Amino acid sequence: MSSKKVRGNPNLRRGVGSKTTDSDKIMEDPPAGDWLALRSDQLLEWIDNSVYNVAESTGMREVVDRITRPIFNFAQRLSPHPLHFGIMCCAIEMGQASAPDHDIDRLGLVYRSSPRQCDVLIVNGPVCEKLRPKLKTLYEQMPEPKWVIAMGECAISGGPYWDSYSVVAGADTFMPVDVYIPGCPVRPEALMHGFLTLQKKIRAKEPGMFLRR
Amino acid sequence: MAEMWISMGPQHPMTHGLWTLKVKVDGETIVDADPELGYLHRSVEKMGERRKYFMNTTLTDRLCYASSTTWTHCYAHSVEELMEVEVPVRAQYIRTIMLELQRLASHLMWAGAYMPDLGHITGALYFWRDRELFLNLLELPSGSRLLYNYIRIGGVKRDLPDGFEEKTERIMKLFEQRLDEYADLFENSKIFRMRTDDVGKFTADQAKNLGITGPNLRGCGTKFDLRKHDTYEIYDELDWDISTREAGPGYSDCFSRYMVRIDEMKESIRIIRDCFKKMPAGPTMASRIPVRANGEAFRRTEDSRGEAMMYVVGDGSDRPYRWKIKSPMFTTISACPHYLKGYKLADIPAIMGSIDICIGETDK
Repeated sequence: MSSKKVRGNPNLRRGVGSKTTDSDKIMEDPPAGDWLALRSDQLLEWIDNSVYNVAESTGMREVVDRITRPIFNFAQRLSPHPLHFGIMCCAIEMGQASAPDHDIDRLGLVYRSSPRQCDVLIVNGPVCEKLRPKLKTLYEQMPEPKWVIAMGECAISGGPYWDSYSVVAGADTFMPVDVYIPGCPVRPEALMHGFLTLQKKIRAKEPGMFLRR
Repeated sequence: MAEMWISMGPQHPMTHGLWTLKVKVDGETIVDADPELGYLHRSVEKMGERRKYFMNTTLTDRLCYASSTTWTHCYAHSVEELMEVEVPVRAQYIRTIMLELQRLASHLMWAGAYMPDLGHITGALYFWRDRELFLNLLELPSGSRLLYNYIRIGGVKRDLPDGFEEKTERIMKLFEQRLDEYADLFENSKIFRMRTDDVGKFTADQAKNLGITGPNLRGCGTKFDLRKHDTYEIYDELDWDISTREAGPGYSDCFSRYMVRIDEMKESIRIIRDCFKKMPAGPTMASRIPVRANGEAFRRTEDSRGEAMMYVVGDGSDRPYRWKIKSPMFTTISACPHYLKGYKLADIPAIMGSIDICIGETDK
């Protein structure tokens, strides 16, 4: 009886209505090994640690870093993906910057609608008390490495709404800001200059992220 | 089938500006909708009470970022009534030109935002390209690109620069040719008509009851335009017609609302041409503008999106005692359950895009 070969998922077979036999017990999952029980983030950490240790002890890390750092930096610098998120007036200028006259896409910008696919958050308007937690969530949903651009007076300091009861005094009160672009509203040329400034900052301060500690 | 609520926004590719639309769906059919506003509430009315009358034009410019001149004009117009200021005739003509240029820019902005909603990115680029022409025109007299602060209480900031008429005429001629090209691209395009025909319907009676005004009401075939019916500046002396469209007897759909805006752009060009023909010489600012005001004033003007109303109360000081703004989009968005029900989930961008939302003036 036990010699009969059972194929497929026994649970499914049982669901069809076949009679329960001893073969079902045989086909139960074996106890999983320890390496299988690792969660994915633990597994990644383990791989990271072992690779790092090997690379560090053999001196390979220096070599790999020297080769890959300019490549990673080049890629991060020249293809920023900003979040397609408009708050107020500056959002219109952000849209107008993508229009044929200014064509900001030639700087490598691709606007994405999901924060999971973005690395630059443009705060383009006054951040109200109701919006602040949502904006913070959007920022936290973005993967590392990420940068924030405060576009316009409202995002820098509250701007014309400095004495309003519902407007936060600047985006840097609750999230780190990398580049400030003044203007009310910011002209498309100024937005371009802001992105060029961000490129300079990435080039100077944040070389490639490979094997970072 | 089980019904469930779907929340769209505030960060969602569908929404224009920051607002949340909660829709209740049965399968893919919309059963109920619930708009949630307030992400852009900047307390403009309260801030206006702390500022002097002439300082508030900065705030009214930022009320609606797509058509700032019309809102500044509405404010200046109501304050002029409160202070009993007589605006010079030339200033009225210049104001009318600026208002119509702003209406063109605003409708182009709407069209540029509506096309990607329907999946037509090419259309967005075309309309944004044309909007840039009108932004350049508006920049000439005012010196600013988006928020002009050009209309002041008692007149306008400065006279039109030399050669403005020729430049405007050249750009308007170019734009008219392009509108004819776009007729082939959109009105005669089967894909565009499939997305917009018989979608988001509401009748004229429904629109009147719900407080829907402006191009959305004129899309139902109702001839109602405050520029004619409660006239201001010099609109009654000019030669133009109210443009109306209807999808069927007494109701509108997305396509009729699109066509009304295209027709309005052509009418705006007509108004500007007529203004240049009849414009007299003279001063552009009233000679005497009081600082303090007493009493109350109420004015309504035709904004690019509907009926803009402002109510100003003065108590004898140099600041308004109360300043109330009525936004056309607030009522139109509040009515969205009425014209969303019964359509599919994928029709929401087509419907909500076609009513031309501006959250800046809605939340104030």
